[in-house]
Amino acid sequence: MPGPRSYLGVELARPRVGVFDFTSCEGCQLQFVNNEATLLDFLDLMELVNFREAMTEQAGDYDIALVEGSISRADEVTRLEKIRTQAKILVALGSCACFGGVNQLKNRFNDLKWVKKEVYGNFPIATQKVRPISDFVTVDFMLYGCPPRKEEIEKVVTNLVVGKKITMPKYPVCMECKANENICLFGLGEPCLGPITRAGCDAWCPNNRRGCWGCRGPAEAANVRELEAIMARHGFSREIIIDRLECFGGFAGQVAELRRQSEHPRKARSTGQA
Amino acid sequence: MIFATFSAKELPRLFDLLAANTVVGPVKKGTDSAGRPLYDFDVVYRFQDLRLDYPATIHSAKRHFLPHRESLCTFTMQGNDWEKQVDYNIYKPVVFFGLHACDINALNKLDKVLTAPPYPNPYYTAKRRNMFIIGQDCQPQPQCFCRSMGTDTALRGFDLFLTDLGDRYFAEILSATAYQFLRKIATRPPTVKDHDRYKEVVAERNRRFTTTVDTSDLTKLLDLEFESPAWQQWGDKCLSCGTCANVCPTCYCYGVEETVDLDLTGAAKTKYLYSCNLIDFAEVAGGHNFRPQTATRLKYRYYHKHRGFVEAYEEPLCVGCGRCGEACLAGITVPAVLASVRARGA
Repeated sequence: MPGPRSYLGVELARPRVGVFDFTSCEGCQLQFVNNEATLLDFLDLMELVNFREAMTEQAGDYDIALVEGSISRADEVTRLEKIRTQAKILVALGSCACFGGVNQLKNRFNDLKWVKKEVYGNFPIATQKVRPISDFVTVDFMLYGCPPRKEEIEKVVTNLVVGKKITMPKYPVCMECKANENICLFGLGEPCLGPITRAGCDAWCPNNRRGCWGCRGPAEAANVRELEAIMARHGFSREIIIDRLECFGGFAGQVAELRRQSEHPRKARSTGQA
Repeated sequence: MIFATFSAKELPRLFDLLAANTVVGPVKKGTDSAGRPLYDFDVVYRFQDLRLDYPATIHSAKRHFLPHRESLCTFTMQGNDWEKQVDYNIYKPVVFFGLHACDINALNKLDKVLTAPPYPNPYYTAKRRNMFIIGQDCQPQPQCFCRSMGTDTALRGFDLFLTDLGDRYFAEILSATAYQFLRKIATRPPTVKDHDRYKEVVAERNRRFTTTVDTSDLTKLLDLEFESPAWQQWGDKCLSCGTCANVCPTCYCYGVEETVDLDLTGAAKTKYLYSCNLIDFAEVAGGHNFRPQTATRLKYRYYHKHRGFVEAYEEPLCVGCGRCGEACLAGITVPAVLASVRARGA
């Protein structure tokens, strides 16, 4: 058992942490055990008491719950509610927990029975419309990304432990992309959601010459209408922008608005002016 | 000013003499989807990588003297006590090879704020004192409006300024260091013929400017047009992404972040460049945001650059390099914005 910690002479308690998963690829929680260079220091900040992917023991009393995944089955709701009752702080970990993630793509089909049949055939399985965890319980904090960056997880956990305020960028990915002095992907003929997506990923995809798909959801002043005009000027159709906006679920509101405009262009224009 | 002329063949020799230091200069960084080459400033190791004929670079050379992220200090904790370490992040001189007049003037403007009272910035000043700058004449691009900003020629702020006369260079020598380096290559005093050719080249270049900004009474005009509908029209387009500030050679606004090391035995204070167009630029303690509207933030960027700074320093905080307009996906350019404000609406 590790000894007590202190910061500037102040005794610090190691928070009891549980990591949980729902409908997801479990890649976000894998970030917890990535980055071997700092792993021991990172784990020494907390007392991990429940982490199915990384340990055998499973305790029920924890202070902080990090929850990965979306909710796609009725039994998941019950388990999530139980975690909420136990945890003092509940953190949504990654795009699925925050917005529904890639899983929520199935919601765009009107007939979910047909979807179930296409995917599972006659296999009996309980599945429903995919929802972010905030549809069922109070979420204290969102750690965005698919997956979140380990550096970001480390910073958030450190701040939680020393009692320091946690802030997330409100500006879009372009800010970090330009700070990294990348060549703009639009100039290279690639569509990119960087101008409207919340930063904090250090422009992970654009750094590698991949256009942003918006996994962190909208930045606070996201100008989707202007991005649509920019996409059109660069020869990308409305379907391309909707396809990207829809991928992780963070832009659900914006997608609904764009679809309304596509279906009722005249009506949308008149409400746009009002 | 001392002038000298030297053969184009001597330039690689000058580069090699200087290359004992870190050399930063224009290099080709890629090709856009239309097949046009894209240039940027980077560390150059071989003379042949240096592209002195570059039309313009995507970003300014800012990251080499005003980095996007810079450690201001670190702390080591021991028991109840702590110790602070300050590092000005300057270890060796840097040679800037091939800055255009606009970028040299950008440094001169930054100097007024960052090296002078009341708050000289030691991190910037340390780097600035360790720079050796070689200027290079340019070919005006469609986005360039430096002539309107009075920054199309550099009178100071460099060691050596080169004008390409074809087979030879015309050199303006402004520092003793530059003079000493030029003694190591074959130079000669310019002849009347060299002077005439230099004047010809400069006149030809000056004829090529196509973009202008009417700056007459601009500070007063901006005062009068504070409520102009043009601000809202541009604000509707603005993405609040900070791209303009990041590519700008004169934007210096920043934020400071304090982080605690994972092992809790150290901490750091890091400065990062920020932009007045970002949503929370004017958010203060307690959460109040003085400029929540995009149009207001965009307007204040113009007020700082073309009104406030002019009143404080008698020159705008803009060198007319046009990088912000080139980089802005929404197509917001300084000449268009200022013209529309003058015309009361876009």
